[in-house]
Amino acid sequence: ERGHGPYQPHEPGYGLYQPGYGPYDDQIPDPKSQTLAIQNAKAYLLKSSTTSGLNLYDHLANMLTKILDEQPTNAVDIIENISKDVKWAQFQKKMDTLRDEHEILPTFEAAEKHKALFLKPNAEGDEELEEEIGETPLPNVMETAFYFEQAGIGLSKDESYHILLALKKLISVQPVQTCRFWGKILGLEMNYIVAEVQYHEGEEEEETEEEEVTEERGKEVHEFEDEEEEKEKEYEPPVSTYKPPPVIPKEENGTGANKYVYFVCNEPGKPWVKLPPVTPAQIVCARKIKKFFTGRLDAPVVSFPPFPGNEANYLRAQIARISAGTQISPIGFYQFAEEEGDEEEETEGGRDTYEENPDFQPLPVAEMVDSLSAWVHNVQVILKQGRCIWFNPLQKSEEEEENEEEEKEEEPGELQQELQQEIGPPLLTPLSEDEGIQNIPAWTAQPSTNLIPQHAVAVLQSNRWPGAYAFASGKKFDNIYFGWGHKYSPENHAPTLPPPAQAEYPSGPEITETRDPTVEEELAFKAAREEALAAAEEEEEEEGTEDEDEDDD
Amino acid sequence: MEASSLPAALELVSGGGLGLSPEKRAVLWSSLLLLQRDYRFERVWFWGCIQGVRGAYYIAEGLGPDRAAPRSRLYSLNCVEWSLLPPVTKEMLMRAGPLKGRFQGDPSFEYEYTERNAEDAERLVEDGKEPTIKEEARVVATIEQIDRAVGIIPRGAFVKTPLGSVSENRNFEGLSLTEAKKLSSYFHFTEPVNLKNKTLLEKADLDPSTDFLDSLEHDIPQGSWTVQLEKGGAVVVLRSLLWLGLTFYHVPMTKQYGYVYFGTGEKNLDLPFML
Repeated sequence: ERGHGPYQPHEPGYGLYQPGYGPYDDQIPDPKSQTLAIQNAKAYLLKSSTTSGLNLYDHLANMLTKILDEQPTNAVDIIENISKDVKWAQFQKKMDTLRDEHEILPTFEAAEKHKALFLKPNAEGDEELEEEIGETPLPNVMETAFYFEQAGIGLSKDESYHILLALKKLISVQPVQTCRFWGKILGLEMNYIVAEVQYHEGEEEEETEEEEVTEERGKEVHEFEDEEEEKEKEYEPPVSTYKPPPVIPKEENGTGANKYVYFVCNEPGKPWVKLPPVTPAQIVCARKIKKFFTGRLDAPVVSFPPFPGNEANYLRAQIARISAGTQISPIGFYQFAEEEGDEEEETEGGRDTYEENPDFQPLPVAEMVDSLSAWVHNVQVILKQGRCIWFNPLQKSEEEEENEEEEKEEEPGELQQELQQEIGPPLLTPLSEDEGIQNIPAWTAQPSTNLIPQHAVAVLQSNRWPGAYAFASGKKFDNIYFGWGHKYSPENHAPTLPPPAQAEYPSGPEITETRDPTVEEELAFKAAREEALAAAEEEEEEEGTEDEDEDDD
Repeated sequence: MEASSLPAALELVSGGGLGLSPEKRAVLWSSLLLLQRDYRFERVWFWGCIQGVRGAYYIAEGLGPDRAAPRSRLYSLNCVEWSLLPPVTKEMLMRAGPLKGRFQGDPSFEYEYTERNAEDAERLVEDGKEPTIKEEARVVATIEQIDRAVGIIPRGAFVKTPLGSVSENRNFEGLSLTEAKKLSSYFHFTEPVNLKNKTLLEKADLDPSTDFLDSLEHDIPQGSWTVQLEKGGAVVVLRSLLWLGLTFYHVPMTKQYGYVYFGTGEKNLDLPFML
């Protein structure tokens, strides 16, 4: 009821509603002591903190400056954060007496490498230009990337361009006939960019010679050891009759699974590394294991069954499997080279070369999408053995036959196994023959767009190797792989069980344990023996008495 | 990822090889905006794409004022017309959990319980439910599983207000390069599970406004995330190995981050063998 009547000077808030008075006027009416109070307040604000050396006055000044400069909305809600930011800014490096070391961030190094890709080599004459414009093995990565992009597959344009330049560098260094961007395999620490390359004919590597030399030396040592063993055979414990399964030799460079040579690099700009050729043992083992790639080629592959090689070999084996399963082309693009006498020379593995068909008529996109028989595989299938052309390991070379004669005694039980020749589907089989997995077809075909069928691209995705794609549009087609490098399996991966324990020795009667005789059996045996002894003694006694009789006479 | 930053973000996650075609990109821009208008979402995230055998599902999520509330999910077969997915229930998760194999691409496809033993099938029939489950429900369950398991955000990107609701942190300027390489700077954007198990000492160091979620450090199995710096450190890309296809990107010292899923929608149960 009394309401807010006129305030008296002694009441707090007196000065608030009176003109000409400040808020503290009720406490400090005197102007001189007012300025003194202001100075005291300011001195308090300027007092430096004992822990951090800052003072509140400067801090508030900085904060207000920052707020007025930046003018954030709802500044009152984030005032504490602004205060923290201002304090944090104090920790920035200021001008030191020592010169600041420029931080070498890894970003700068990578930028340097990328820039190096774009620089042209110095020695450039007119001849080189002509060579480049003419037939070049350099693939048109950007064009392929454009077609795949229509389906939503592919890397960013920047990365594609970097890859194109990196491939150009590869070609200038290595004598290649054809080159193709195979794809990208993701890894844990780093990724792999893979290029598929075919050398000019005759440009064989020197590394194969080295491998043959080591094999021969190994054989010599083995023969020497055999001789020694024969001398000491009598005193040695029984020699094991275990013969390791014959090593299936890898295919020659340029044929079968080693038809192409693969180069990898972690990033465009880094040097290209050549992958070693793949051996059947590696492919067989790679089928049983499932491991992520780390990104380092020399990383060991720890698995069971133990993988014969390091990550570079595992990578090469997976690339071979993926290529064999998913490299496809429209039907009719490739045809078998017609040679005379082709029917006489039936190689065991079927034909393995093809050439481009100059009369190729591309099918319309709708047909390419609808029927899978419009596509064919153009890489040979890898047989269960690990090779494309079947190798009979029981075919003995001359050296082995000699050894056999010597060792025939030790191997009475060698089985004459007649291995079945493994046959795979021949080259250029249509995709409709591909088996699906459970109820999923092996390939999913889609046009890139349903809205504009005139310019659509036919795109195929593999369901067996997720990450493998192929496109076709008119006369252009290509395959590519983006993924982790593993096959799709609807079942969970079950590692192979360890092999059963080998028989240590043949069990025969001399080492077989027999049952110990029971007490009754022993007593019966003893009684029988005593009877026999008694019978024998009687006979002797009779003979003895006869003798005595004779002597007496 | 945020619908507004879609073009730039797609460039950054394209290292995995999968992305969107120009046609889809062009239509997503406008169709996501329309979604925002129609459903009154505050934010629309393009979640990703689940590849089926015959078709693909494109998924979008809409967020309301509380970013941690259950999100509405929509799917589309062509990025033009979107349909709302039913909210996920525990029962859905349980029934869709054991389903294996690829998605078919047809939302009304029905899976049958072929592998369940007879008891479960009988029990279901008694309850009045059919022993089949639609692919739509499987999609919902899969998205929920993926979000719960591997939906991640950088530390400090979201703050929890004292009232409990979660909103974006306007002061978040991005992680530094060193911080971005550590798994502990990323959180699962879902209900925390391990937070209460931390020791008191650890809890004292936490900032309750930003550290209210589980970090990636203690994910089982260890090593189920790959952290890579692409473009020489300009982008940090995290890929999940448990759900192959989930990619998270963040540009250090900027506010750009997001995750997207491009994959087949199957959990990688062989992970322990593959590491």
